[in-house]
Amino acid sequence: MSVQPLQTSAAPAPHGWEPEIIAFCCNYCAYAAADLAGSKRMQYPTNVRIVHSPCTGKIEMEHILAAFEKGVDGILVAGCLEGGCHFIEGNLRARKRTDHIRETLDQIGLGSGRLKMVNLSAAMAPTFVQSVKEIVETVRSLGPNPLKAATKESAVKP
Amino acid sequence: MIVANSKPVRELTKLIERHDRILFVGCGTCVTVCLAGGEREVGLAGYAVRMARALDGKPVKLEQVTIERQCENEFIKDLVPAVERCDAIVSFACGAGVQALAERFNKPVYPALNTQFIGILEEQAVWTEKCLGCGNCVLGEFGGICPVTRCAKRMLNGPCGGSTEEHCEVGEDRPCAWQLIHKRLKTIGQLDKLDAIVPPKDWSTAWCSGARKVVRQDQRV
Repeated sequence: MSVQPLQTSAAPAPHGWEPEIIAFCCNYCAYAAADLAGSKRMQYPTNVRIVHSPCTGKIEMEHILAAFEKGVDGILVAGCLEGGCHFIEGNLRARKRTDHIRETLDQIGLGSGRLKMVNLSAAMAPTFVQSVKEIVETVRSLGPNPLKAATKESAVKP
Repeated sequence: MIVANSKPVRELTKLIERHDRILFVGCGTCVTVCLAGGEREVGLAGYAVRMARALDGKPVKLEQVTIERQCENEFIKDLVPAVERCDAIVSFACGAGVQALAERFNKPVYPALNTQFIGILEEQAVWTEKCLGCGNCVLGEFGGICPVTRCAKRMLNGPCGGSTEEHCEVGEDRPCAWQLIHKRLKTIGQLDKLDAIVPPKDWSTAWCSGARKVVRQDQRV
């Protein structure tokens, strides 16, 4: 049985809405890059909440799906450059997992654009800042996560 | 083991669209090993289905449980309380497990997987078919390599001549079963077995006459 993917859904953006983004950052690269960006007084959007991870390979698919189900608008997974993982191939595994989830997000109609993975090193603070700006803009154009409204509605019902 | 893979999320949500309280049942045996229907896959499918239904404006309540084996009533009976709380069951087992649940409970049972074949793990996340379950094993004659399953034409008296560079003409990712059989018999010093003419296979023991049954009178109580 063939099933066509749905159009990407988005709830209408309420006035003053700002995207909520979670950035899962690897300890050995993106987290240090974010730290460096702070030290260098580089400005980036405040929509991002950083989750410190020992390696992007430690980020399970359940973590990402649970965040989307709870209504987060977008997720950035930031890992080491390919070949530079402290645990050899954690970032490569994370890439496969994020690709798989992006397919699932397309199938259910939430849209794969809300999830992005980037590779960078601890010295690449400008790349981190750029990645954050890009995902914020992408998610802003997609609109709020419709699941947030759906969760609130179902919570109100007896 | 039985190898299966997941149905697309949208196909699964279409199957269960008329139900609001659903029990997802994983199986802890073959489909757990082939990463299709174990506790983890049930959890991931749960996230996807809940989100898909919420986006459709029809939220669903899911309960998830994984039992040791869905093809045995001894394990299935543990599901009774959970089944009573739900409108329908989604089975993450092979076709045997789905039917076992359907025979046991008077509630709709839906498959979450597409059952593929009896096979083995070739390498990480790659499974290949090894047995057709023909009911009359000939592996002893062919050095432990099954021409019935692994030869696309099920040839029993040598290769067809269509293979190229050890690959079957049907697909480059398939080795020629007869090339493997020859190599294997040579290794174990039994090439003489190929001199024998194998008569046409008796297919009456295979699926041709419908579902089969095995009865062991000596073990019955």
